[in-house]
Amino acid sequence: MQVETFYYDNRIVRAFGYATVVFAIVGMLAGLWVAIQFYAPAASLNFAPTTFGRLRPLHTNAIIFAFVGNCIFTGVYYSLQRLCKARMFSDKLSWIHFWGWQAIIAAAAITLLLGYTTGKEYAELEWPIDIAITVVWVVFGINLFGTILKRREKHLYVAIWFYIATWVTVAMLHIVNSFEIPVSFLKSYSWYAGVQDALVQWWYGHNAVAFFLTTPILGLMYYFLPKAANRPVYSYRLSIIHFWALIFIYIWAGPHHLLYTSLPDWAQSLGTVFSIMLIAPSWGGMLNGLFTLRGAWDKVREDPVLKFMVVAITCYGMATFEGPILSLKSVNAISHFTDWTIAHVHIGGLGWNGFMAFAMLYYLVPKMWSTNLYSKKLATNHFWLGTIGIILYAVPLYWAGFTQSVMWKSFTPEGQLKFQFLETVTNIIPMYITRSVGGTLYLAGAVLMSYNLYKTIRQGKFIPNEEAQAAPLLKTEKPKREYWHRLLERKPVTMLILSLIVVGIGGIIELVPTFLVKSNIPTIASVKPYTPLELQGRDIYVREGCYTCHSQMIRPFRDEVARYGEYSKAGEFVYDHPFQWGSKRTGPDLAREGGKYPDSWHYNHMYDPRSMSPGSIMPQYVWLLDNKLDTSSTAAKIRAMKTLGVPYPDGYDRVANIDLMKQADSIAYNLKKDKIETPADVEIVALIAYMQRIGRDIKTEQKQRMTMK
Amino acid sequence: MSVIILLLIASVSVASLFLAAFLWSVRSGQFDDDYSPASRILFEDKTTSSTKQS
Repeated sequence: MQVETFYYDNRIVRAFGYATVVFAIVGMLAGLWVAIQFYAPAASLNFAPTTFGRLRPLHTNAIIFAFVGNCIFTGVYYSLQRLCKARMFSDKLSWIHFWGWQAIIAAAAITLLLGYTTGKEYAELEWPIDIAITVVWVVFGINLFGTILKRREKHLYVAIWFYIATWVTVAMLHIVNSFEIPVSFLKSYSWYAGVQDALVQWWYGHNAVAFFLTTPILGLMYYFLPKAANRPVYSYRLSIIHFWALIFIYIWAGPHHLLYTSLPDWAQSLGTVFSIMLIAPSWGGMLNGLFTLRGAWDKVREDPVLKFMVVAITCYGMATFEGPILSLKSVNAISHFTDWTIAHVHIGGLGWNGFMAFAMLYYLVPKMWSTNLYSKKLATNHFWLGTIGIILYAVPLYWAGFTQSVMWKSFTPEGQLKFQFLETVTNIIPMYITRSVGGTLYLAGAVLMSYNLYKTIRQGKFIPNEEAQAAPLLKTEKPKREYWHRLLERKPVTMLILSLIVVGIGGIIELVPTFLVKSNIPTIASVKPYTPLELQGRDIYVREGCYTCHSQMIRPFRDEVARYGEYSKAGEFVYDHPFQWGSKRTGPDLAREGGKYPDSWHYNHMYDPRSMSPGSIMPQYVWLLDNKLDTSSTAAKIRAMKTLGVPYPDGYDRVANIDLMKQADSIAYNLKKDKIETPADVEIVALIAYMQRIGRDIKTEQKQRMTMK
Repeated sequence: MSVIILLLIASVSVASLFLAAFLWSVRSGQFDDDYSPASRILFEDKTTSSTKQS
């Protein structure tokens, strides 16, 4: 048979590799910055773009989509060509993918810092960027499947299966969760409301972890670990079994992010059951990785690449054991809304994703520049800095989370809450400081790596097109079952088409939400739509990322009801596009904030939180006092809400601003009574209007019920 | 909670896609050999000419 000569494209791998290193540093710097703000609120610089609520989404997006995203593409573009024994399908598509993705990252960084956000965690990017992501993802998909089609190796190695699953599922998740109605060029409302929005969001959020941070990295593990150790994977059969088990189970576990919330109980239980089942395939992958090194542990002592991988896989095992445990309701009752969750995700992020990325880069760069690593010693130092960094990061946060939760739930013998919320925060500040020390060490390690890789690149010679030879795929003809056989042989094409159909299903599904709007009929009669001013205020709440620190979800626990008020009901959120339940209580829950404090308290508290609650770690929001409220958008917002089924009267969009100014004037008048002179048309007034509204509807209902008695 | 229908449609369609892929891969003999693929990736396909094009 004729052997063909072809060339692997290393240039695209190099480009994605550089981007991985750059965004590792950028993402970690952003993370360190927000970590410092926990004990030094002045680090927000009193500047809107660098305040926690905007910087934190930047950190998460930079790490997930820029750092890990580019890492995935680096590894996929390198390994896929070699596993398929073929150059990438199209160089042009490769570069469109590369530059498209970097443009999306740049657009994300700018818009997030400017406060353009959908307010849904890990899906904060606004609608034009969502569309760009879809386009670039499809480009990647064509390139991926195109390469698989023209492969010269019949067998699809298990890593490729992981890449395929990643592409298909991420496409679907992104499309379903990104249904939003545009209000203006950079502002949109989630199509879903309240509980429904929460369910879709965490179905997405959980599976983003599953199919963006887990399956592609497992694929990379199955390629780079055997290569680095120079021995086959422990059990190829196990790798196949755990792949199929993993992808079939993962997608149903999302509701475990909403335990004890207003989500129906059966959905919560469903999430828990599938989460527990996930231990088996997850640990299948971990054990398969670790057992690959059986009899080769002496190599681990020598080789920094293997060192990083061993810790990465161990962290994967720990995180995937902890995850199911956290989805048990009794454990979740303690862990949810605390720093425990943050510790958990960073075992995955720093340990699994970060260390796998570092291992891959240390392996790839010497290969592609046909040289040896500049300094093994520096790489080993990086390994220890990183490992100690992870420990110093995670242990204090586990401690902080558990301590704070126990303090929240403590009662005095007289039956009063034992601790003020603020006391539970100031108590764990030493842990926050230690955490940022851990993060600094980890970042220092990454900087060391950049230097080491730079020196390696300097001493080597880059091979842009690596020559390889392989025989083309034989088209074996079986005369009897020819029709079926050919059909199966061409299945990759069918598969590609089917995948596109899945994306197309998005179009069909687009119709479904319009039917769903009907179900938004309020189940609690006293729950009314937001007034125009409250709606504007709510958008400011979303813009400033208040949900990154404040929940709006009172769980049915004695301490939460005693501290915050009546527990939250599903029917209260029917007009919330998007929902703002939050996932972390750095500050207290706000679900019953309305009417708790006078308007002037909020005014002063926003100007300087420490003037109202000494010791508070909330940043100042000074610009809200001066920024003029943009009332030109009111009409468009009301119309968008009407489209989504919010029952404003017909033609209300034209008169909404009159109501808005009336309410603003009354708040300004209230503030004047408390000796605060402010114009009525500033953003703080709208925000106060919203804050005073949250959770009010049910309170009035209770009052009415009381008077009726 | 009608949104659950949407999520079910999406999840089930992806799951059935994976099921189809699984059936295809089993029938077409992708998993007949569960030993050599693991070793095969370890071989570098270095060419005999050993010239590298830049």
